[in-house]
Amino acid sequence: MLEALNLSKRFGGLAAVQDVSLSVPRGSITALIGPNGAGKTTLFHLLSGFLASDSGKVSLEGRDITGLSPHAICRLGMTRTFQIVQPFAAQTVRENIAVGAHLHHRGRREAIAAAEDVARRVGLHAQLDKPASSLTIAGRKRLELARALATRPRLLLLDEVLAGLNPQEINEVLPVVRAIRDGGVTVLMIEHVMQAVMNLCEHVWVLSNGRLIAQGSPREIAAHPGVIEAYLGHGTAERLLKAAAHA
Amino acid sequence: MRQLAAITAFAAAVALLPAVTSSGVVLNIAIMTLYAALLGQAWNILAGFGGQFSFGHAVFFGTGAYAAAVLQARFGWNAWAALPAALALGAAVGGFIGALSFRYGLRGSYFALVTLAFAEVFRILANNVQFTGAGVGLMVKLDPGAARFQFADKAGYLHVILAFVVVGLLVSWWLKHSRYGAWLQAVRDNEDSAAALGVNVFAVKLQAIMLSGALTAAAGVFYVQYFQYIDPSLAYGPAVSVEALLGPIIGGLGTVWGPILGAAVLHLLGEATRGLVSSLPGVNLIAYGVLLVLMIMFLPRGIIGLVKCSRP
Repeated sequence: MLEALNLSKRFGGLAAVQDVSLSVPRGSITALIGPNGAGKTTLFHLLSGFLASDSGKVSLEGRDITGLSPHAICRLGMTRTFQIVQPFAAQTVRENIAVGAHLHHRGRREAIAAAEDVARRVGLHAQLDKPASSLTIAGRKRLELARALATRPRLLLLDEVLAGLNPQEINEVLPVVRAIRDGGVTVLMIEHVMQAVMNLCEHVWVLSNGRLIAQGSPREIAAHPGVIEAYLGHGTAERLLKAAAHA
Repeated sequence: MRQLAAITAFAAAVALLPAVTSSGVVLNIAIMTLYAALLGQAWNILAGFGGQFSFGHAVFFGTGAYAAAVLQARFGWNAWAALPAALALGAAVGGFIGALSFRYGLRGSYFALVTLAFAEVFRILANNVQFTGAGVGLMVKLDPGAARFQFADKAGYLHVILAFVVVGLLVSWWLKHSRYGAWLQAVRDNEDSAAALGVNVFAVKLQAIMLSGALTAAAGVFYVQYFQYIDPSLAYGPAVSVEALLGPIIGGLGTVWGPILGAAVLHLLGEATRGLVSSLPGVNLIAYGVLLVLMIMFLPRGIIGLVKCSRP
């Protein structure tokens, strides 16, 4: 569905993303994880066209989308949400979602109807008339999701939709994400909430210092010594193993 | 639909004004208020709906005014024929400035400064080239007749400027109820989000500045017919740029009625201060300044915002 081939991006002396290749299968939920500063969001920027890569290629459903602008990529069926939520604060929830819906609906009435439909799917329908600025953080995350869904994507990049939510809110959003996938939308998510990654994802990529250091099923990743070291520091995996042997 | 009914009612009420009074002073105030409202409506498209604050709308106004004056005085065009040419030129100048500044991602005060600089450059150019009459300015021959966009009485001018303002109202209404308007307001509120949702941010902003430029040029054409004279500082001086932005800011940014409300308040205030303190010319400008500061401090959403807040 989505293929990245040898993507690299440098910011001056910092190699934010180095030689990353990944392939997202159609109809899957996959995750991109890694410690803070690993380059996950930069990689999302490269995939979605918000940043131009220094080298490498991105293709969506076999079509080369390297260097296309974000709105062109959205029209081709891939969109994203932002880690720091970016609502159109001066507008109501309904108007916010309608902006996304307008991608496929020229008429205002159709776009509004489509927006209300999407709001129901993500559980925002009670708040349609509220200004976006009055939503709680959980509501704003749902709004990001709803706006992106309203563009009817085939592939959705979610940048930490669960960050900042309490456990109960996370449990409410998980089924929403699963339902999105069941509705035929492929999902690639950046996520720190491991409970969600373990629950939802079929495949996980681990990024550390701009490089992919591991990939596999969530269970394999959790036991991968390189991943443990990336999160907990050098030599940790060995110490943990020793401790386990002694016990 | 309620808005459209309100627009119709407004148009009918103003159109009947000459039937109620034949006072030239009253009609002149009405004409100048509508003219300021038109400038405000044009500016509001780009700044109120699109979030791109221009401080140099005189560049579009002057271009429209000079286009009409040059075509009429030098080439003997009919003023009505010069109108579409002036609108097209206003849009073209908007496209040029927009393409340059939006291409390089100028926002906020940087965009405002660039528009201000363009207005100054155009003023200096108009001061120095011959076909605009240089510093002397251009006179348009007085020859009243509706077919020539000139009227012996003020009622004719009132009806023409009212027609322009109604067009401005309809454009603003359309921005509130259309896909393009939704995209423009999305760009105003957050460009990155808009782009992620498939909005071509550059194209949307470019179209907004062209539309705004064309409507501002219409005010320039009207000015030339009403006063039969234009010179570089009238056309491209900062006074017009300020006039364009005061009304919408005071009335309510990004609203349909804000520019008209703001223009009305400012002009009535201007007349009142002029009447009270006639010994001090320019005291109305001080009043404008004080009002603007108070508005920004206490009513950032304008008078319309106050009305909306007071309703449950």
